[in-house]
Amino acid sequence: MLRRVRRVLAATTTSVLVLSMTGCAGWGGGVGGGGANTINVLMVNNPQMVDLQRLASEHFTKDTGISVNFTVLPENDLRDKASQEFSSQAGQYDVATLSNFEIPIYGQSGWVAPLDAFVAADPAFNQKDILPSMTKSLTGANGKLFGEPFYGESSFLMYRKDVFASKGLTMPTKPTWPEVADLAAKVDKARPGMAGICLRGQPGWGQVMAPLTTVVNTFGGTWFTKDWRAEVNGPGFREATNFYVNLVRTHGEIGAPQAGFTECLNNLEQGNVAMWYDATSAAGALESADSPVRGKIGYVAAPVMHTPSSGWLYTWSWGIQQASTKKQNAWKFISWASSAAYEKLAGSELGWSRVPAGKRSSTYTNPQYLKAAGAFAAPTLAALESADPRNPGLQPRPAIGIQFVDIPEFPDLGTRVSQDISSATAGRLSVTAALNRGQQLASDVADRYRSRRAVATAPGPAVAKERAP
Amino acid sequence: MTTLTKAEPAPESRTAGSAPHRKRPREGSRLLGFLAWVIGILFVLPVLWMLLTSLHSESDAATNPPKLAAPLTLQGYREFFGASSGASPWPSLLNSLTASVISTLLVLALAIPAAYALSIRPVRKWTDVLFFFLSTKMLPVVAGLLPIYLFAQKVHLLDNIWLLIVLYTSMNLPIAVWMMRSFLAEVPVEMLEAASVDGAGLTRTLTQVVGPVVMPGIAATSLICFIFSWNELLFARVLTATVAQTAPVFLTGFVTSQGLFLAKVCAAALVVSLPVMIAGFAAQDKLVQGLSLGAVK
Repeated sequence: MLRRVRRVLAATTTSVLVLSMTGCAGWGGGVGGGGANTINVLMVNNPQMVDLQRLASEHFTKDTGISVNFTVLPENDLRDKASQEFSSQAGQYDVATLSNFEIPIYGQSGWVAPLDAFVAADPAFNQKDILPSMTKSLTGANGKLFGEPFYGESSFLMYRKDVFASKGLTMPTKPTWPEVADLAAKVDKARPGMAGICLRGQPGWGQVMAPLTTVVNTFGGTWFTKDWRAEVNGPGFREATNFYVNLVRTHGEIGAPQAGFTECLNNLEQGNVAMWYDATSAAGALESADSPVRGKIGYVAAPVMHTPSSGWLYTWSWGIQQASTKKQNAWKFISWASSAAYEKLAGSELGWSRVPAGKRSSTYTNPQYLKAAGAFAAPTLAALESADPRNPGLQPRPAIGIQFVDIPEFPDLGTRVSQDISSATAGRLSVTAALNRGQQLASDVADRYRSRRAVATAPGPAVAKERAP
Repeated sequence: MTTLTKAEPAPESRTAGSAPHRKRPREGSRLLGFLAWVIGILFVLPVLWMLLTSLHSESDAATNPPKLAAPLTLQGYREFFGASSGASPWPSLLNSLTASVISTLLVLALAIPAAYALSIRPVRKWTDVLFFFLSTKMLPVVAGLLPIYLFAQKVHLLDNIWLLIVLYTSMNLPIAVWMMRSFLAEVPVEMLEAASVDGAGLTRTLTQVVGPVVMPGIAATSLICFIFSWNELLFARVLTATVAQTAPVFLTGFVTSQGLFLAKVCAAALVVSLPVMIAGFAAQDKLVQGLSLGAVK
């Protein structure tokens, strides 16, 4: 046995030393590692990015000679890593996928490079083809463009056409939430084990809070007023949350407090629910070749209450780190990945349902894309075009964002409030108690912004002048 | 030398006892044996479940209730080896192997002499020294994360495997010193005296007298250090990027918030666990001996 242990130890040591000498292992590293013609990209692990990873080495590197090293992480890990990397300007990554939540904040902090000059020098990229709502959501308060979308999404309502037909029900093209609640009651248990609707209940600012905030917006509620007053237990927020929680508790999916995007996608695919209100990007999976519900799903606009539209706006987009020394190559990569040509490449090589859509108008006039995505292309485009991130509800807002408030404090605030709302969905807490606690948390954030604004508007320089000798 | 190692068979003396007392331990041991099997199976079940899930398709893996008899496929393993993304797991696995093996060797090289000086030839105030070693583990790892990150950034050591090697060595060193001290403390003084009488020097005593006796301890310590280094995620995730990425970081990359991933992640987790399992099996009997005799007996 001793000999065996020695043999294993000796073999492993030798192999490690050989590897180290041949330079196979990661002994290089450092800032901007990999040479002038290599860029490092930090990316979220969504299916569209995995496709891109493959196509980049087969096409982009071949055509431009620029190698791309990817780090692929789950969404939450990516956010942590990106915030650590960009806030310290470590320069390890030249490009990162950032959402329209991060881009304006990072832009304001000077962590991402403005892209206006690159866009102006690259007419083939055709910025005008990018949907205006996307460009708006990636533009900082100073008017500079800080990101280019890779794919975008809004939200809409998905429903089982066959189940509705068997029950003799018709889905309006622009339903209201009370109509949806009524329909959910009618299709509940339409088939054994089938619930009326799937709505996210999983805690997280990007989970339950995303659809719920769109409901809040259309019910007339808001997180904050324009002058930074918290409104979490205000009438609009309360009415919307009561409606949402009641709907999911009476006609929602089993295990709602733990259900997020993935769980609801499974539920709809497996016939456990008849309706689902969520991201437009879900349609690609529902209509894919191996989907059991392909061709059975209808798509209509996000349900509304008091606003004309209610879909959210979300995009995974590319940002270039300000500390990057390879900005030109980084832009070449972005210009390739977000181009109409890349969409055609992905469509022809991988199938048109896998195209990273939702960012360019031209995608929705491409006959090949429309052939594959005909069921959901028009409602997706309509949802994306109707989304207004600067004015999503009935009252003016202090910060950009539809399903979120674009301030650094929101992930923490939204997640903490979502935990109580998830508890309310599970029946462990009343909605009123959940929102009262949320109001306290939101008030703390609002107080900080009000005091900062007071400091900013105070006659500071004048005072300084007076005090100056 | 041979006469000294014969002093081992302690279990025999433990079984010595009068006949009427023998029955009870047998019944008791049967029950204990049964319990050990039950607990063993409970521990193995999640791994078996992971194996089964890794062999299912993504949609079968995600069903609730689970489909036990779903058709088996190797797609999860193909995905791990880059079927869709084209991303190879080998650089990450090699990085993990490099960091784990080198840091384990460094730990042993430092811990054995330190443990010798704390047990066989105790230095002055050796208890204080032992406590000092232990106290370095009292600081939560996460508390040191930011200073280490900033330091690494300043000295351009981010995304460099040597940084992880140094960190893993320092993280595992206190545990290794404690473990090795406990093993060395069990070396009978008579053995050392006999070696000394026979004229053996320090090196010879260490390699030919102490070494063979504490080999199970060294095996157990090495394996524990190797496992800790191989599985470490927090530092690896924060301090590495594209070049020095280790296997656990690569593994987490299969989790996605848009789409199904259970089969892929189970396949990846199994492949990433293999080196540790192989190392464990290779040193199995020494390990059991070491763990039951040494520091954690």
